Amino acid sequence: MTAVGTDQRQQLAYVATQAADARLNVEIETEGMTLNIGPQHPATHGTLRLVARLDGEQVVEAEPIMGYLHRGYEKLADVRTYPQVTTLINRIDWLGSFANEVPFILAAEQLMEVEAPPRAAWIRTILFELSRLANISLFLGDMGMQLGAITPVFFAFRDREFVLNQIEAVTGGRFHPNFDRIGGLKDDLPKGWIDETRGVMVKMRNFCDELEDLLLGNEIFEARTRGVGVIPADVALSYGLSGANLRASGVDWDMRRDNPCGLVHDQLDWKVWTHPDGDSFARYWVRLQETREATHMIEQMLDGLPGGPVMAKVPVIIKVPAGEAYVATENPLGVMGYYVVSKGDLGPFRVKIRSASFNNISVTPWVMRGVYVPDVITILASLYFILGDIDR
Amino acid sequence: MGLVASGKAPKPLTKLLNLGRKYSIWMYQWGLACCAIEMGAVIGSPRYDVMRLGVIPFPASPRQADLVVISGTVTDKMVPSILRLYQQMPDPKYVISMGSCANCGGPYWDSYSVTKGVDQVIPVDVYVPGCPPRPEALLEGIVLLQERISNEDPAARWRGDPIVVD
Repeated sequence: MTAVGTDQRQQLAYVATQAADARLNVEIETEGMTLNIGPQHPATHGTLRLVARLDGEQVVEAEPIMGYLHRGYEKLADVRTYPQVTTLINRIDWLGSFANEVPFILAAEQLMEVEAPPRAAWIRTILFELSRLANISLFLGDMGMQLGAITPVFFAFRDREFVLNQIEAVTGGRFHPNFDRIGGLKDDLPKGWIDETRGVMVKMRNFCDELEDLLLGNEIFEARTRGVGVIPADVALSYGLSGANLRASGVDWDMRRDNPCGLVHDQLDWKVWTHPDGDSFARYWVRLQETREATHMIEQMLDGLPGGPVMAKVPVIIKVPAGEAYVATENPLGVMGYYVVSKGDLGPFRVKIRSASFNNISVTPWVMRGVYVPDVITILASLYFILGDIDR
Repeated sequence: MGLVASGKAPKPLTKLLNLGRKYSIWMYQWGLACCAIEMGAVIGSPRYDVMRLGVIPFPASPRQADLVVISGTVTDKMVPSILRLYQQMPDPKYVISMGSCANCGGPYWDSYSVTKGVDQVIPVDVYVPGCPPRPEALLEGIVLLQERISNEDPAARWRGDPIVVD
């Protein structure tokens, strides 16, 4: 029987640590440690709790624990009427609130067989893209903050205010507009809004340029994001990732282009951005390009806005006929869908919500095996989830 | 602080002490939901900027904090953490409940998993209404809290007496 040499044993231990299913304290005598991140931690955008088992500086296993913000939307939607449900579902993804209402209203419209007038559909799409700007601009700054650069987040809050002002001018709410109605919109655009929004779009593009100068060319930023948290395309697809996380893995898939139900993205000239790398840098880069693309989209829509009413003829008391409908749209965080079952009452019988962040976060145990502790923060920041969207 | 703690400090000294405490509040952020973003705007946005009121929003731990802002929906799963946070803070300590959810449950008043008001668990000094409140509303809440601090008896605070709302 030959004794195993020290070198070989160390090598085995190294391999075992690198391997995803390494158990602690098997080959080398390092103390295992459990690191509890959250439930309240700046890197988790709220109340995600992450239990990471460490071996030295490396993460052996990371498990997200959810439910700290479970508010019971699906159960509450059973006892609300249709107009009341939109009030609730605004608050699922609280950064891009208007985008939450759209798929639900579209599903209800499908069941009622009404169609919003063209002007309503265009304004809907404008507000949809504005909420994308409000959502992703915060990510662009926040990712810098997670990596130790404080300035971008101040820039993000500064320029996001302009977008929120525009949303507030139309809907009356900075955060939760509750503006979408079955059959159209509550109101038309206020006077002078179109010109002001053009100015804001220029500001947002300047913001993107500023961040590109600050972060994308920055050596530290690149060193901390390039090659960190790589998600290959097949893994991304099998975990059900969507939105920019999927496109950063090189999958050319966007619901706005591939299934534009009810919105007018198919009538615009725009491009779906993808990146082949699948790392944290790619996810940042794709979102930055999408923000720019959204400003161009909004400008096109402002130019081509049709006239006419913003509300179709619907009864005052809304009763949706019995049936089932599923509508999904490409929300700022990814694909968000509502499966609405109606039995002909004032409210839905059952609403199943498919939210993007829940699937996006489900890849964390896979992607965090074997990474270093500082990279955990990078990966969490680059995956970009919102807790209301995970826990619901 | 023996003199202050026993309540025998002369009035001018108390006033001076309150003035100092009023303008050096260390604020711990307990951001839970939508309101956390508006709280972030108060801290991070140059338009609102809470630091001009003498509030320092970056304590590293609740053990260094004078004030905690509970912003967002408190769920039953979160309650033990909030209780522990409050117990870790040194006296005198203040709580601002921001938003309808933290005040009374808000739109989730009939939800099975939401705590209907953080005041069921810890005492609250200032309630800021709104869903979510505008950043200006939180700033006003902080100004109201500062008014309260300037008029209070520090000895009662050091003893950890329950707050009496007048």
